[in-house]
Amino acid sequence: MSFNLIGKDFTPPDVLAKVTGKAKYSEDFRVEGMVSCRLLSSPMPHGLVRSIDATAALAMKGVYGVLTADDVPDQGGPSRSILTNEPKYVGDPILAVAAETDELCQDAIEAIILDLEPLEFTVDPLQSLYPGGPNARSDGNIAGRKKGAPYVKETKWSARDFAAAKEGELPMGPAEDEWLYGDLEVGFADSTYVLDESFVTQGLSHHALEPRSALSYWQNGKCFVHASCQSQSFPVPFLAGYIGIDPADLVFIAEFCGGGFGGKGTAYPEMAIPAYMSKKIGRPVMMRISREEEYFVGSARPGFQGRLKMGFSADGRVKACDLYIVQENGPDVGMNDYLSAADAVSLVYTPENMRFRGIPVQTNTPPRVPQRGPGQNQIACAVEPLLDKAAAELGISRLDIRTINTPNNGTLFGPKKGKVTSAYLKEAYEKGAEAFEWERRSKLSGQKNGTKVTGIGLGAAYHSAGYSGFDGLCVITPQGKLNIHTGVGNLGTYSHTATSRVAAEMLKMDWADCTVVRGDSRKHLPWNLAQFGSNTSYTMTRTNYVAAMDAIAKLKEIAAVDLGGSAEDYDIGDGRVFATADPSSHLTYAEAAQRAIELGGKYSGVEAPEDINPMTTRAVAGLAGTGLIGVAKDTLNQEGTVPAFAAGFMQVEVDLETGKYEIIDYLGVADCGTVLHPAGLAQQIKGGAVHGIGLAGYERHVYDPQNGLPACVGLNASKLPTILDVPSTMDALAVEIADPMNPVGARGIGEPVQGCAAAALLSALSDALGGHYFNRVPVMPDMILNVASGRTPSHKPLQVNTF
Amino acid sequence: MTVQTFDPGTAQRTGGLSRRELIKSVIASGAVVSAGALLAGCGPNGETPVKAGGVERLISLNVNGKVRRVDVLPQETLANTLRYRLGLTGTKLGCDRGECGACTILLDDLPVYGCSTLTHNVRGKAVTTVEGLQAADGSLHPVQQAFIEELSPQCGYCTPGQIMSTVALLKTNANPSREEARQALAGNLCRCGAYEHYLNGVMRAAQEA
Repeated sequence: MSFNLIGKDFTPPDVLAKVTGKAKYSEDFRVEGMVSCRLLSSPMPHGLVRSIDATAALAMKGVYGVLTADDVPDQGGPSRSILTNEPKYVGDPILAVAAETDELCQDAIEAIILDLEPLEFTVDPLQSLYPGGPNARSDGNIAGRKKGAPYVKETKWSARDFAAAKEGELPMGPAEDEWLYGDLEVGFADSTYVLDESFVTQGLSHHALEPRSALSYWQNGKCFVHASCQSQSFPVPFLAGYIGIDPADLVFIAEFCGGGFGGKGTAYPEMAIPAYMSKKIGRPVMMRISREEEYFVGSARPGFQGRLKMGFSADGRVKACDLYIVQENGPDVGMNDYLSAADAVSLVYTPENMRFRGIPVQTNTPPRVPQRGPGQNQIACAVEPLLDKAAAELGISRLDIRTINTPNNGTLFGPKKGKVTSAYLKEAYEKGAEAFEWERRSKLSGQKNGTKVTGIGLGAAYHSAGYSGFDGLCVITPQGKLNIHTGVGNLGTYSHTATSRVAAEMLKMDWADCTVVRGDSRKHLPWNLAQFGSNTSYTMTRTNYVAAMDAIAKLKEIAAVDLGGSAEDYDIGDGRVFATADPSSHLTYAEAAQRAIELGGKYSGVEAPEDINPMTTRAVAGLAGTGLIGVAKDTLNQEGTVPAFAAGFMQVEVDLETGKYEIIDYLGVADCGTVLHPAGLAQQIKGGAVHGIGLAGYERHVYDPQNGLPACVGLNASKLPTILDVPSTMDALAVEIADPMNPVGARGIGEPVQGCAAAALLSALSDALGGHYFNRVPVMPDMILNVASGRTPSHKPLQVNTF
Repeated sequence: MTVQTFDPGTAQRTGGLSRRELIKSVIASGAVVSAGALLAGCGPNGETPVKAGGVERLISLNVNGKVRRVDVLPQETLANTLRYRLGLTGTKLGCDRGECGACTILLDDLPVYGCSTLTHNVRGKAVTTVEGLQAADGSLHPVQQAFIEELSPQCGYCTPGQIMSTVALLKTNANPSREEARQALAGNLCRCGAYEHYLNGVMRAAQEA
C-alpha cells in the first residue's frame, strides 16, 4: 500500500509551543482566586491515624481548609486511596491543606497535631512470606486483581518451604497464580542443557520530569481539572468516579504532560484531591506536588525475585521453561507485572512446555503501577542473560539461540494458546544483525585495550500493542477543511497526530487543510483508549480509519442525492466527491459539508450511531450541524494479541579497573508494522534505549529495611541516565512489514524499545566479562569490579534494597 | 572558547553566585526552609517548622530586554519570580533543587539554574528566558527552529532548559563539536531520553546560525 501521509515526517502541531515555552502544563495555569494546596503525608512506612487536630492550623489567617480521608470516599479493599487514615508507605497522603500560598500551607501543616500509631511494616516480600513475618497491610499481605476485581488476603509460606531452597535459590511456596501447558517433565527430559537460576529485578520510580500538580475548580455545576496525565479521554470516567460526579460534568484538560512512562496513564486518586478541596472551600485550588512527593505518590514499577529453570535442545530450542516470580507489589492493589512477564516468556522464547507460578506480595513502599513494559521489560533483563549462558554451554551463537526460538505468525502462546496478529522478531534480529555487522563485531568480544575490554550484546523485548472497540470522529467543515477530533493524550510521542493523519490519508486531504483537535474534553473528543501499553498506533489508526470511512460513505451518499445515481457511482479525491464515470460531475468537500448541514440527520451529527460510547455521543451532539460528521466505533476484525517486538544490539567497553563502561554503539530494531512517523519512531527507539540503559545499569530504588525509609528521593540519588551516560548517536531501524489486522498495517512500539536495550546492555557487559552471569539488575560498577577482580558479590543472590 | 561545565556549584555556572553563596544568603535572609515555599519544593514532612517571612521589596529586573518592577521576598528564587510574579511559565521546575536543569535561564548570557538563584542577586543583570528568544517579528530563534526541525522534544518539559543551555553554548562557541555540545547539555536531564535529538538540534542550530 502506498500512502501520501503515512510514513512521512511532519511537524507536530504541539511542538511549536514546546520550544517557545507557551505549552501549558497543569501547574502553568492560573485562575482568578486560585489558592494553594499541599499534602501532609506519612513520615512512617505504616501507621494508623489516631487523631488529627487541625484547630491551630485552621485558625491561621489565610488558611482555608483541611481535607482528610473522612472527607473523601473510601475506595474499598486494597484499591489506592485518595487520602488515608492507614498510611502504608512513607509519603502516603493523609490530609491536604488549602491556604493563600504554598508557604502558608506548609506553616499550617506544621501546626497540625497528628497522632500516628506505628504499625508493623516490610520492604522485603520474602520477609513478609516468612512464617510470622510482617504484613504491609492490616488486612493482609497479598493483593491484586482477579478478573478485574480487587482482592486482599494473607499468605505465609512454611519454614519447610524456605528450607527446601538451597542457599541463593528462590524458595517456592504456594503460589497465588499459576498455569501450565505441555508437560514439563517431558520437556526437561528432552533437553540437552538445563539451567536453573534465581534472579532479582528492582522496582523503579518513573522520574517523569513534571511532578503531578493539579488544578481544579467548579463552575456551573461542572468540575474542571487540569491534570498531569498521559491520556485525554480515557481518564475521564475514572476521574469522575473518584470525584463522584457524572463524566459529563467533568471538564478534563491534559493538553501537555511532562512525561508519564505509565505512571500517569489514566486517572490516579491524588488527581481528585484539589477537586474535593475546591468543592469544600469554594475556591479554585492548585495542588502542587514537589519532586520529593513525586517519589511517593508518583508510584513505581514492581520488582521481581524470581527463579527460572529452562531446558534447551542441542541447537538451542527452548524445550521447557519453569518460571516462578515473587513480585514486590507495593501497599495496595498493585500491578500485574508478574503475569505479563510470564506471557512474555511464553511468546518471545516460545517454550514447548511451560509452567508459571507467581505471587504478589505487599510492601510498605510506593504504589506499584504500570511502567514502560510492565513485567515484560523486567523479565527481559532476567531471561536474556540466561540465553547467553545457554548459548555458551551449547557452543552455539548468541544470535542463533534467539532466532531459533522467535515467534512467528502461527505462534500460539500463554496458557490459553492465544494467537498473535503478526510477529516478525526474527526479521528484526536478522535486519539488525546485518546492519550492526553482528558477525564482524562478535569477533571483538573480549578484545583488550589497556584496562578496557570490549563486550558485544543483543536482546529483545515484547509488549502487546493495540486494542479495538474505540471510536473515531472527524468533521468536514463547510470551508472544506478536516477537523480530526482525537482523545489521545500527549505523552510526547506525537502519536495523537500520527494516528489522526490516517483520517486525512483516507479522505485524500491536503494535510495543510487538516486540524487535530485535542487536549480538552470541551473540544468534543471521542472515546479513545489511554496513551499507555504501546497501543495508540494500532488502536487509534483504526478509529480514525473507521471515522474517515464513515465520512467517505456520507460524501458519496450526498453526491448521489444531489447529482443522481447511487453512492457506489462516486469516488473521492482532490477535495471532491465525483462521479467515477464523469469526474466533472462533482461536489467539493465544502459543498458536501454544507449539504450535510442542510440534510441533517446522521450527515450533520444530529443523529449518532447507537454503538458508540456515551462520551462520543456527547461529542457528536456538540458538533451537530457544524459540517459533515464522520463517526464510528471500531468494529473491524481483530483476532489475536497485537504484539510489538524490538531487538537491540550493543557494543560496550568496560574498564576493568573502575567497573565503569562506555556504550560505544547501539542499534534498536522495531517490529511495529507500517511506520507511521519515522522521526517519532526514531525518538521512541533511541529514547527507549536511554530508559533501558537506566533500567539495566543506573537507576536506584532502595528502601531501608530497618526503618522503611526511602534512600533514593531525588533525581541524583536515583541516578537516571544523563546525556553523558549514553552514546552521542544511536541507530534505529524498523522491520516494516504491515500487520494484517490494522487498516494501514501499524502496530505500537513504545515499550519493548526500552527492554531490548536493557537486555542488550546486560548481554554486552556479560560478554565483556567472559560470560559472567549477573543475576540482577541494575548491574553497577562495583558489581563489575568484583567480577573483574575475582571477589565475591557484596550482596546475597536474592537480596533486595541493595546499593 | 569556553565550554560550559554544568556543576551548579561553580561560580561560572551561576554567573558569579556559587551554591555556597546562595545558601549563605538564604540563611542571612532568616528564612531557611521556606525558601521556594511559594510552590512545590517544600521539604518532606518532618521538617523543622519555620515561619515563612521576610519583607517583600520592590525591585527592578531586566527580563527579556524589558525592565520589570516586581515585589520580591528576600529568599525568593528567580524561577519563582519568573513563574509566579511575572507569568513567565516557560521556565519549568522539575526538581527545584538544582538537579534537572528544566529551569535553566540566561544571566548575562551565562546559563544558570533559576531554582538555585536568588532574585535579589540578579539586579543589574540581563535575565533571558525561553519567552525572550523570539525576534520582535515573532520569528523563532535559530535554536528553536532547529529543535523543531530535528524533532528534539518529546514531552517538552525539559525543552526550555535544553534550549537555554544551547543558546548559551552558541554564544560562547558558535561552532561546537558534538562532544562540546554534549558537555554543554550535561546539566539538563531528559527523562524521555531525547538526548540525541537535542544534540542534533544543537548541531543544526550551529550550522544554520
